Amino acid sequence: MRLHLSRRQVIRGLLATTAFGATVKLGTGCAASSSDTVATDDQPITLGFIYVGPKDDYGYNQAHAEGAAQIESKFSWVKLSEEANVPETTAVAESMRSMIDSDGAQVLFPTSFGYFDPHILKLATEYPEVQFFHCGGLYQEGVHPKNVGSYYGYIDEAQYVAGIVAGLTSKTGKLGFIAAKPIPQVLRNINSYTLGARSVKPSTTTQVIFTGNWAEPIKEAEATNSMVDQGIDVVTCHVDSPKVVMETAEKRSIFCTGYHANQSALAPKGYLTGAEWDWANLYAQIAEDVKAGKTLTEGGIPHLLRGGLKDGFCKVSDYGLAVSSEAKQAADEAKAKLMDGRLVIYKGEIKDNTGAVVVAANEELKQLDPKLESMNYLVEGVLGSVGS
Amino acid sequence: MSWRTIAWRKTLESTLIPFGAILVGLLLFGVFCAVAGANPFAVYGSIWKSAFGKWSTFQNTLIRAAPLMLSALCTALPARLGLVIIGNEGALVMGGLAAVSIGLAIGTAAPPLMVQIAMGLAGMAAGGIWIAFAGALRHYRAVNETISSLLLNYIAIALLNHLVGGPMRDPSSLNKPSSYPLAAVNMLGTIPGTRVHWGLVYGLIACIIAYVLIQRTTFGFAARTAGGNIRAARIAGLPVGQLTLIICFLAGSCAGLAGMVEVAAVQGSVNESLNVGYGYGGILVAFAARHNPIAAIFMALLVGGILASGGSLQRTHGLPDATVLVFQGLVFLVVLYSDSLYGRFSFFKEKPQLVAPPSPPPSPGQESVIVS
Repeated sequence: MRLHLSRRQVIRGLLATTAFGATVKLGTGCAASSSDTVATDDQPITLGFIYVGPKDDYGYNQAHAEGAAQIESKFSWVKLSEEANVPETTAVAESMRSMIDSDGAQVLFPTSFGYFDPHILKLATEYPEVQFFHCGGLYQEGVHPKNVGSYYGYIDEAQYVAGIVAGLTSKTGKLGFIAAKPIPQVLRNINSYTLGARSVKPSTTTQVIFTGNWAEPIKEAEATNSMVDQGIDVVTCHVDSPKVVMETAEKRSIFCTGYHANQSALAPKGYLTGAEWDWANLYAQIAEDVKAGKTLTEGGIPHLLRGGLKDGFCKVSDYGLAVSSEAKQAADEAKAKLMDGRLVIYKGEIKDNTGAVVVAANEELKQLDPKLESMNYLVEGVLGSVGS
Repeated sequence: MSWRTIAWRKTLESTLIPFGAILVGLLLFGVFCAVAGANPFAVYGSIWKSAFGKWSTFQNTLIRAAPLMLSALCTALPARLGLVIIGNEGALVMGGLAAVSIGLAIGTAAPPLMVQIAMGLAGMAAGGIWIAFAGALRHYRAVNETISSLLLNYIAIALLNHLVGGPMRDPSSLNKPSSYPLAAVNMLGTIPGTRVHWGLVYGLIACIIAYVLIQRTTFGFAARTAGGNIRAARIAGLPVGQLTLIICFLAGSCAGLAGMVEVAAVQGSVNESLNVGYGYGGILVAFAARHNPIAAIFMALLVGGILASGGSLQRTHGLPDATVLVFQGLVFLVVLYSDSLYGRFSFFKEKPQLVAPPSPPPSPGQESVIVS
């Protein structure tokens, strides 16, 4: 059976389909453009967050995850793509790639320090239109790709305030600090904590124990227990998850001050205060900048974002029940002074715990000072040593 | 004629049982997902899509499988000799350390290919000596090799932390202590047209060599004999000590090579990221593959695929980050349990009439001998 069509019929048919096609195309074109103009306000922006540990670790990762969750509830146009427990290997490169390719993430926040080199640097050159924000402050102008930025907070300001509370609450005058590794970031927290405590009670000492790694729950518990046995009555820490330290301290009925996130739920009796990250402000700022069309590449967003208590990068936990009004007053005063710049933590003369002068008598190292970034000493009053 | 039939049924048995086990594992995992509030079928779909579905995502699986293949051999080879070695992580770390040391020592004084070969050999030698040490302790001092190789892991990791925190530390690596970086020209590239590094090819070659060595050579036969019955092997005059040391050295050198690949293809320097559990993953792969090097390739791909799907489980289904571990754990439990099913199904058994002699002389008491 054959189909017989005259030339006229064929032409008519062709014309008809073309016209139909054109109108349909026009129609969808109009629809698309009009919906575009309507949708600019809530066109979703996908932000990818990658964490090295679980999101509910009461520590480093939880602080970031809380910041992310807050901007998601604050802005209707923010869409989150999150992955936890991603090791610092090819796994993180693959996670970033998948967030960009499958979820359409335009901005990535790979939060662990070790993600930067080589993983973020490699992906950033491969995806120049994606903005990468890394927590840790490693960006170097001219060395690293333009679409990479770094952010980090001077949380040692909050540690200084926590140190004041600890110093005034301790009855024995002995504080304990459980730390992962003797690296500059950690040493700065130990030193600021001790300087804070000694600013109100000069005889205070801080015993430091390095566990050697970021997540060593057994060693952290052992260290806390041995500190209690030595007569230490306030402990704090700088490890990825302070959970074990806080719980052990509570069990042994001593006081503790927190780190990274708020751990008051873990130690309702003994939790005095703590140095917490407050990433929500920064994340909201970045999200709004990206929304407004600014990028790292074009310089609309600065490559290095840093701040302390004043800029809302970190905060001091609400005071616990055991904190005296005298301690509260002293801590609030120091906090106010830190925020308006009247108080500089590293102001000479400061000696290290071997007696050598590390900050000269009339020297003032402000927070941005690069000398603080390569800190390799423990100040006077800290019991312990940096050498491994 | 008859041996063909038997081999056919045996092959079918050793293929169907692991596959059946994986299916049961998936089923159990589906129940878990349903309880956790996700649609199991959608989850299966995403696992498939994010692990094997597209070339781009399959590369993710391959990247994750590469180190597991090499590290699995560190357990699989000695197992044929009857030794349970779990020192994969330590051998991997030692291999990475040695490779970087050699790479930094030569620097750019030699052509990149030479440096890469030297780094590979150094990694293999270091990993090999590390596990051969556990083998020597076993043979000469009767120290349990499982415990000694496990403890050697801790020593290797402590040595790594000490070296990168002290003597080998690049002073500019402030907050993440690392060695000096390898020169960029000395880094291993990727297989052309992919983003998978050469470690995958090394893994495949090593698994095939290991298979041939164990199954098709007199050396392998001797090793298997010693693994089956060490006294019989001694009576037969086999050099058991030599076999132990050589097999352990080869096993360790595979893990050492995995360490070299990790530093020379991925990290570029040696630091704590070298010690992230590839060694322990390899133990699982080896056991699930029943210590067969060829099966280890497929098991490594399976585990690589499971790990690769972990991201989408979290992102698209809102499942907790530990879900992928639950999945991995379920699959392994079922695979290991399925080990006890071999020989239980009459379908896979050789038919008795094939074994029975054609015309046994009728005498009392003979029948029972035939049955055994």
